[in-house]
Amino acid sequence: MAEQFKTPMLDELEKGPWPSFISGFKRLRDDHPDKRINETANSLLGQLEHSYETRKGYWKGGTVSVFGYGSGIIPRFSEVADTFVASKEFHTVRVQPPAGNHYTTDMLRTLCDSWEKYGSGLITFHGQTGNIMFIGVDTENTQKFFDEINEYGWDLGGAGPCVRTGMSCMGAARCEMSCADEQQIHLRLMNNFTDDVHRPALPYKFKFKVSGCGNDCQNAIERSDMAILGTWRDDMKVNQTEVKNYINKKSRQYVIDNVTTRCPTNALTLNDDDTLTVDNKNCVRCMHCLNVMNKALSPGDDKGVTICIGGKRTLKIGDLMGTVVIPFKKLETEEDYESLVEFAEDIIDFWAENGLEHERTGEMIERIGIANFLDAIGVEVDPNMINHPRQSSYVRLDEWDAEAQKWFERKKAA
Amino acid sequence: MSENTKPRSPTESGCPDGFQYMHPLMRKNYGNWDHHDHPRPGVLKHVSKDGEPIWTVKCATQRILDTFSLRTLCDIGDNFADGHVHFTMRSNIEYMVADEAKVQPLIEEIEKNGFIVGGTAASVSSISHTQGWLHCDIPGTDASGVVKSMMDELIDEFKNHNMPNRVHITTSCCQINCGGQGDIAINVQHTKPPKIDHDLVGNACERPSVVARCPVAAIRPAVVNGKPSLEVDEKKCICCGACFPPCPPMQINDAEHTKLAIWVGGNHSNARSKPTFQKLVAAGIPNNPPRWPEATAIVKKILKCYKEDGRPWERMNDWIERIGWPAFFEQTGLPFTKFHLDNWRGARNSLNASNHVRF
Repeated sequence: MAEQFKTPMLDELEKGPWPSFISGFKRLRDDHPDKRINETANSLLGQLEHSYETRKGYWKGGTVSVFGYGSGIIPRFSEVADTFVASKEFHTVRVQPPAGNHYTTDMLRTLCDSWEKYGSGLITFHGQTGNIMFIGVDTENTQKFFDEINEYGWDLGGAGPCVRTGMSCMGAARCEMSCADEQQIHLRLMNNFTDDVHRPALPYKFKFKVSGCGNDCQNAIERSDMAILGTWRDDMKVNQTEVKNYINKKSRQYVIDNVTTRCPTNALTLNDDDTLTVDNKNCVRCMHCLNVMNKALSPGDDKGVTICIGGKRTLKIGDLMGTVVIPFKKLETEEDYESLVEFAEDIIDFWAENGLEHERTGEMIERIGIANFLDAIGVEVDPNMINHPRQSSYVRLDEWDAEAQKWFERKKAA
Repeated sequence: MSENTKPRSPTESGCPDGFQYMHPLMRKNYGNWDHHDHPRPGVLKHVSKDGEPIWTVKCATQRILDTFSLRTLCDIGDNFADGHVHFTMRSNIEYMVADEAKVQPLIEEIEKNGFIVGGTAASVSSISHTQGWLHCDIPGTDASGVVKSMMDELIDEFKNHNMPNRVHITTSCCQINCGGQGDIAINVQHTKPPKIDHDLVGNACERPSVVARCPVAAIRPAVVNGKPSLEVDEKKCICCGACFPPCPPMQINDAEHTKLAIWVGGNHSNARSKPTFQKLVAAGIPNNPPRWPEATAIVKKILKCYKEDGRPWERMNDWIERIGWPAFFEQTGLPFTKFHLDNWRGARNSLNASNHVRF
């Protein structure tokens, strides 16, 4: 091997009890049988040490793709390649994981085998968008690595202005709170938009995230353009025997302090006989009491999803939460799922036509107003969409009577 | 093009089916779970409606895995956990077993190999982080190194359930904040406008899109030294760095003036209150590799106050909502400054328009 770069600052990150990524890099440098991997790891360690010393990054982007796609590779070229030669091209391959991030060890080893043939040996499960990140491959081997893993069932995720890789929680696979079939929702949505994942042609990124309940373990409301959250609309199930068992275990006081008084809508009453009464009409399915007393309390049977649109992080206009556009939707029949996919298509089509360059769906809604957005995608207004009605009197109400009439007609038809 | 040099056309298989990789007991009980509990930190026990239990052991890794570490994690899975694994969104690996007798040997094997069991319920889970100097093209700091340094200090909070509720910490290496919202977020905050290399802008940047990216309209086209370039109104500039990704000659990263800021109270869950955004509490923290001790000290101080004063089930934002911001700054000893007063759109909604004052 060429000169071994000294890494006094990175060596500090081998101390302490938490697993050290630097020790991992050094194993690739020192112990891997493939000389190419040893040299790449040495070069990467050298460049990273240089970053630590100078407090600057030294990667630049570029254009690298695989045949037939325009997306899925994050190109990285070193700006200090003269010194750190072996990692001069160090691209990341973004690969779509299965919904819920399940793997067999056999499959992980097969992926390791392919990656060691072509790449650096560094992998992350998963990046913040949700992809498996194969970090560090040169331009030539990018195609070869993709060809090999694509043969046994793996495809690239999104990067750039396109539909991005989706994320969904463990959900029905291992969680009693789940009110949705996260696997099916995730697969139906993602695999309807495969073309939009691979070929960036949208104003900016568009993310789907699926959480099986209001605990929103996937951060869907804040981190996705279309958040699908499981919920239910009949009564919460209460097992009164288990309520009593819980009180016996933890005390009445504990249940009052941590369950009933923490209900955001005061929908719980602990009765004198240690039974619990739920005011289901006022329960907002926040999940708190179920989280605390998960043996005693369970979601109802009439399950479905709430859909929020327009969540995103800072750039450009500031953080936005997704907001309710569909308060409740059943997802049981083939038609239900088809209409979910069509709803996503309607939103993406309208945004693709009307979004400005680099404008997320939520920012477009902010710019044109939610009423125009709802009109465009054919969704009727619903008071579940708001925290409160408008406070400003600066508004023209020319068509008030006609709009009021629509409301009464919809009520009559329901 | 001859047949053997013709590029291979991709199979656009998209997202793979998860059921083929799922633990058989989870496949069998899909949608049929009844309840769960926490036998010990790092371990979950879920029970199906038919009374079938499954134990999960949660384990922290270094996130940026080398294939040696990943193969070791696979060996553990083969020898102790039925050959199936699951990754959480904070990059913890989870092993599932159907037999309680397998739990303790599994934990021992994980710890023997240097990985950490924990991260469940009211603990500080692994820090969700970004790529940083290791791989990003616009990073102000590293990610994996900051996280390693912090988790070395917070490891006991990962391994135990000592917090009022779960704590999610995130880090981000620029103000785009790919790490996302967190109970505590440690993010880069630039403090000086970009330095522009006017010789390069004309060739490297699509100037109108750079102008359009600026949140405060501080960038305008200009001719500098006879070359087409861009100029920044430095009085207007908020040093966000949004112009840097589309135009690398607008260098925002700076060894001295790129600092860290700490935000608290971001909460994704709908439990109790609606989801909340994080709020700025500390800034001007030096970007100090390799161990960033100043940032870690503030995080530990905030966690100590939350741990001591938070009530059961209160997330960071719930706790602060109850005690009020004056008490937060009092308890943590952090300075409250004019920079904590928001002036972005909707800022008036963040002010206290009432006589609700604690004495």
